[in-house]
Amino acid sequence: MNAPVSWIKEYTDLDGVSVKELCDALTMSGSKVERWTCEADEIKNVVTGKVLEMHRHPDSDHLWVCSVDCGGDKPLQIVTGAQNVNVGDVVPCALDGAELPGGHVIKTGKLRGELSEGMMCSLGELGLTVHDFPECIEDGIAILDPSLEPGKDICGVLGLDDTSIEFEITSNRPDCMCVSGLGREAAATFRKPFRFPEPQVRKAAGSIEGMLKVRNETPDNCLRYTAAIVKNVRVKPSPVWMRQRLRLCGVRPINNIVDITNYVMLEYNQPMHAFDYRNVKDNEIIIRQAREGEHIVTLDDIDRALTPDMMVIADSEKPIAVAGIMGGEYSGTYDDTNTVIFESACFSAVNVRYTEKGLGMKTESSVRFEKGLDPENTLKALTRALELVEELDAGDVVGGFVDIKGNMPERRTLKLDPDRINSFLGTDLPVEEMVSMLRSLEFEVSDDLTVTPPSFRADILLMNDIAEEIARLYGYNNIPSTIMTGVATAQLTERQHFERDLARRLVAAGLYEVKTYSFMGTKTLDLLNEPADSELRKAVVISNPFGDDTALMRTTILPSMLEVVARNVNARVPSGSFFEIGVAFHAHEDPNELPDEDRDLVIASYNSLGFYGVKGVVEDICRNANTAVPEFAPLTDSTMYHPGRAATVSVDGNVIGTMGELLPTVASNFDIRERVTVAVISVEKLYANRGGVRKFTPLPKFPAMTRDIAVVCDESVPSGDLEREIRVACGDSLESLTVFDVYTGEKVAAGKKSIAYSLVFRHPDRTMTDDEADKAISESLRRLERKGAVLRS
Amino acid sequence: MAIKEQLDKIREEALSAINAADLESAVEELRVKYLGKKGELTAILKQMGSLPAEERPLMGQLSNDVRKDIEALIAERSAVLKQHAQALRFKAETLDVTLPGTDPHIGSRHPLETVLDDIKEIFLGMGFSVAEGPEVEFDHYCFEMLNMPKHHPARDTQDTFYINENVLLRTQTSSVQIRTMLSQKPPIRIISPGRVYRVDTVDATHSPIFHQIEGLVVDKGITMADLKGTLATFIRKLYGEDIKVRFRPHHFPYTEPSAEMDMECFRCHGEGCSLCKGEGYIEILGCGMVRPEVLEGCGIDSSVYSGFAFGVGADRITMMRYGINDLRVLFENDMRFLQQL
Repeated sequence: MNAPVSWIKEYTDLDGVSVKELCDALTMSGSKVERWTCEADEIKNVVTGKVLEMHRHPDSDHLWVCSVDCGGDKPLQIVTGAQNVNVGDVVPCALDGAELPGGHVIKTGKLRGELSEGMMCSLGELGLTVHDFPECIEDGIAILDPSLEPGKDICGVLGLDDTSIEFEITSNRPDCMCVSGLGREAAATFRKPFRFPEPQVRKAAGSIEGMLKVRNETPDNCLRYTAAIVKNVRVKPSPVWMRQRLRLCGVRPINNIVDITNYVMLEYNQPMHAFDYRNVKDNEIIIRQAREGEHIVTLDDIDRALTPDMMVIADSEKPIAVAGIMGGEYSGTYDDTNTVIFESACFSAVNVRYTEKGLGMKTESSVRFEKGLDPENTLKALTRALELVEELDAGDVVGGFVDIKGNMPERRTLKLDPDRINSFLGTDLPVEEMVSMLRSLEFEVSDDLTVTPPSFRADILLMNDIAEEIARLYGYNNIPSTIMTGVATAQLTERQHFERDLARRLVAAGLYEVKTYSFMGTKTLDLLNEPADSELRKAVVISNPFGDDTALMRTTILPSMLEVVARNVNARVPSGSFFEIGVAFHAHEDPNELPDEDRDLVIASYNSLGFYGVKGVVEDICRNANTAVPEFAPLTDSTMYHPGRAATVSVDGNVIGTMGELLPTVASNFDIRERVTVAVISVEKLYANRGGVRKFTPLPKFPAMTRDIAVVCDESVPSGDLEREIRVACGDSLESLTVFDVYTGEKVAAGKKSIAYSLVFRHPDRTMTDDEADKAISESLRRLERKGAVLRS
Repeated sequence: MAIKEQLDKIREEALSAINAADLESAVEELRVKYLGKKGELTAILKQMGSLPAEERPLMGQLSNDVRKDIEALIAERSAVLKQHAQALRFKAETLDVTLPGTDPHIGSRHPLETVLDDIKEIFLGMGFSVAEGPEVEFDHYCFEMLNMPKHHPARDTQDTFYINENVLLRTQTSSVQIRTMLSQKPPIRIISPGRVYRVDTVDATHSPIFHQIEGLVVDKGITMADLKGTLATFIRKLYGEDIKVRFRPHHFPYTEPSAEMDMECFRCHGEGCSLCKGEGYIEILGCGMVRPEVLEGCGIDSSVYSGFAFGVGADRITMMRYGINDLRVLFENDMRFLQQL
């Protein structure tokens, strides 16, 4: 909502209040100012000039050399190329050093050898249009009122020195979507009286009786319909002051009749419409729901299909307007219009919102109706329109009006409980002050503290609403700040701790955390090579997505991770290791059941960790969660992993995830040529398998004994199988077993590999003997041989 | 040669040899040569038996003096040589300290998570627990129970992704407040951080997905002054104790009175700059006293209990903290971005 300062000031006494003070005060009392602008700020040193003489430029056949009285001691010489200027005209003249909108600066100079001490300006050069000043022509110098004195600042003359304030009005305050509403707020904010004169029609003649029939067939949606008639309309431009105000509010002046309806809307927050009487068939207006299959061509020349949920204004034959939104094609005012019907009605907010959505359109009128308007306001606004008709001599007002009431809401009353409000706000305000604040906002407060909010404040329902009125006029910043008392114990839950710890552990392992969108596309799972019957295909579908690639809620966070990898590869980041802990959504059959939201961990690494590096990270997070030792079983039949470089990860026999190198085809589906190793771990399952706090094992008192063995076996034999044999053979005295070398090559037979293990033995209560170690080793070798692994010679 | 002469000669020879030695090992050899069990001084002492008894004490004394002199010089010379050798070693081992350190290969949290953790920390310290709830949510919890029935104009400000008529992607984590109030009796003191979704085309300041932290307090006697005190404390813990805040009236359907909290621009300290668009203040969060209908809807007696709620955008705070001018950077996860913060 834009409003000129001069107009706001008409409603209250703001003498001595600067624009900044006004804006700051209104912002702090609830009408937030977004910005304020003044056209005059962009125009400097442009004055009225009277053209005294004109001569042809000696060196040009289109330039004129003019002598112009710009209020100085002697006339200035100005060269112009415009052809619409005559001796005696008063025109805007930019003098030496003048500034024009867009940052243009005018300097004295020579035009084809002739001195030019300034420039005559067109409307465009002043940032204006012919709509603002219909008496001027579009291209050419703006010719002003010839009676204007030369040398006057142009901003004052054209009314450009007013400041327009842009307010952010919240949806609960439609009463502030008009200048009088803002004037009321300003008056209350500065504790000054609010002046809002009652409009009056003085010269009405004849009677509307018999000229117009109105029937309201939809009283729930049309709360009130008032109308009046003006005959012998004299369509012409409205006066400068009105155009000026419309312009500063951001509304384009059209003609006096349309301008009056817009002016009243801006002043009273009452959208109005003016129908040409001849186009209302049978002089009958019916407010009704649209019929199935009905159409209307609206004023913007669009043919719109209507549905029975939408409300229309119709004549005896057809809809002539979409109620509260826009008139139909013949409903406007034309140069030859003789008689108009002014409509000032109150339509239900819900219905207007519904129609806006259905038709996909919003207008200055509908954005007001959709927030809920005051049915008490229609007649007052209509009277104001008629008052303006008389003031502007725009026509002859016919006596009387039509006023049909629908199901108007009842006025509500509340009890003012000062103690409750003080204890709610944390203030100590006297009751008299509360009452005076409420009255300044036109709330009626009786002696027994019964509060009747004004009819335009449908948002006031409860004690809290009254409290807010008091708080905002008192000033939020005058309310004290206190710290809550009472005992409060708070800590992260075990689960929240677990996840924070997990993330920190991954960071310590050298991984970078990423955050990605929770969407996936309809084709995303195809890129992953996921089978058609995969569980991951059970996705939550968004009914109004941006596009196919964000149409589903992701059932796996791997794809968005691969997009991160691809982006980094494409940005030529040489290597990267990432993780994300995020939600994967798994839909149920019943669309009204919420999906399962499982938290997953995804790790991805390229040119960095490789299979064993990622495996090490997975082992580390398991160790950190104190799960049982994780087991990795070859995963050879996955549709997305390299068949020789993938594993399922299990803890205590429960699968908690998978890991491996992506198939080259899958990687390239994501535009990645590098080898990418990923792990997908269920955080839920990792958490479920967590151990308690790790217990301390006393430090050893007796020395350890170390033995290394190397065995040769077929390449296909998993080391894990051999390790298991060694552990069984050695029993409890085996403190640790590590693989320190795996070799294939010319020193072993083809198809064979050599694995070297380092074994550390230790007894908790005595020194281990050589003999015992030797026995353990030979038992190990015996068992390994059964698995096809023999001591490397 | 008399024993005395021999002793004098040994002393003379030893002292000059030791002084001439330039290695610790050479000094040690000389010690063995002169003082060792098979050394020259011992050899002389073996001759003592041949001396007349009255000379023996004198010669004994003299040989002790010689031994002491040699020992003293050896110690002195050793120390000098040792120091010298160490100096040489240090010189040889000198590192170029301007060469880079070895990268410890540690990753990093996403800056958004760092900020979320900081915010959680502050509220945990003020007695708030961290509550969680689903991102795919019922319309009922996200809007209706928050006093925003279907067709409520305030829904316009939260353009929503719908799954179907009843299920949507939550536009605010206030839904968690409702779930908390339904499942827990007052006193309630929670924050609910999390992902929220709105139909916003991606640009430098908009994203269909962003992160919110909402908070809720419900107890007996909670006042608007408590709201102000709590939120001002939060912002001062996050931005510094001297940051000024102001509260402006605003409107949210589920709170009344409602407010927006601005903080003094941390760059210009209220002077007005490009960051705060000349206002001197930066809008930081929305808040208000919970409407009685919302409490009652959750089975909480509004004549006994009152409360306040607030919501703050974590993405914006992250951008301001790290000087990030484009929201998209947060979700692109370029390694060169992640490594910086």
